[in-house]
Amino acid sequence: MLKKFQINCDQATTICDKSQYGEASFFEKLKLRWHLLVCKLCSSYVKQNQMLTKVFKIKASDCKEQKCLSARDKEQLKKELEKLNI
Amino acid sequence: MQTITEIANFESPRFSFKNNTFDFCKIPMPESSSSPLLKPNLWIDNYADYLYNYAISRVNDSDLAKDLVQETFFAGLKSAKNFEGKSTERTWLVAILKRKIIDYYRKINSNKGKAEVRMSFYEDGDKEGSWIEERAPQTWDNEADKLMESEELKTTIDACIDHLPEKYAMVFRMKTIQGFETEDICKELEITPSNLWVMIHRARTQLRKCMEENWFNN
Repeated sequence: MLKKFQINCDQATTICDKSQYGEASFFEKLKLRWHLLVCKLCSSYVKQNQMLTKVFKIKASDCKEQKCLSARDKEQLKKELEKLNI
Repeated sequence: MQTITEIANFESPRFSFKNNTFDFCKIPMPESSSSPLLKPNLWIDNYADYLYNYAISRVNDSDLAKDLVQETFFAGLKSAKNFEGKSTERTWLVAILKRKIIDYYRKINSNKGKAEVRMSFYEDGDKEGSWIEERAPQTWDNEADKLMESEELKTTIDACIDHLPEKYAMVFRMKTIQGFETEDICKELEITPSNLWVMIHRARTQLRKCMEENWFNN
């Protein structure tokens, strides 16, 4: 029974990564908790991972604006297309 | 100019490539008089920005995104005859672009010749899955102070992401920076969710180490 709960650090941190996006299942989170009771390294991974999630959010909020092609790029594209269209 | 709805659509494409099967190779040379339903001479003005945005949010490289857009227009011209007007012109072009992105992803995914720079963090053998001691998480100094939003921080994140193997970087960016749904990424890149999580996991362990060395304990 308990064997089902035993996971290694690789699996534990995979669950931790998944839960950063709110997509870990209840059973997975249970297994992670169980592992964290005995593993200091993974406990610091979990803590740091939460910090990193905040850091990545700063980056993500930065990337929402639309990007456009420059007029020059578009002219260039048009020329290329015309070549093909003759 | 793009309208608000177009931008909204951009976040969650509703079309699926699988509904449109085009054979780009059927017509060897483009026809000057293509389907009356298409207006290729207006493509660039109407769709170049939209397609460029679509591409760059996935590949994060402006030159590559430009190339993909150009290839999309070329392929569109070549297969213009196959366009039946069942979807809008733009949907049709995006379907072509999606194919181009999958092709690109497959290409980087199968670059087996190139040695992968991925670092292993966990032991093999008896202690399989345990941390390799020297690569395990270290304590971070004053981590709260380092959370301040700054250009430097963003540059460090970018540099760390750029260090990842390209396929991990692509999936990580789509999921974390662009905020796509797992399901959408899997559909688009034709991978399974467990596949995706393994890549996210590998990306994040490597990023943690990179940020530790270059930001938190720098």
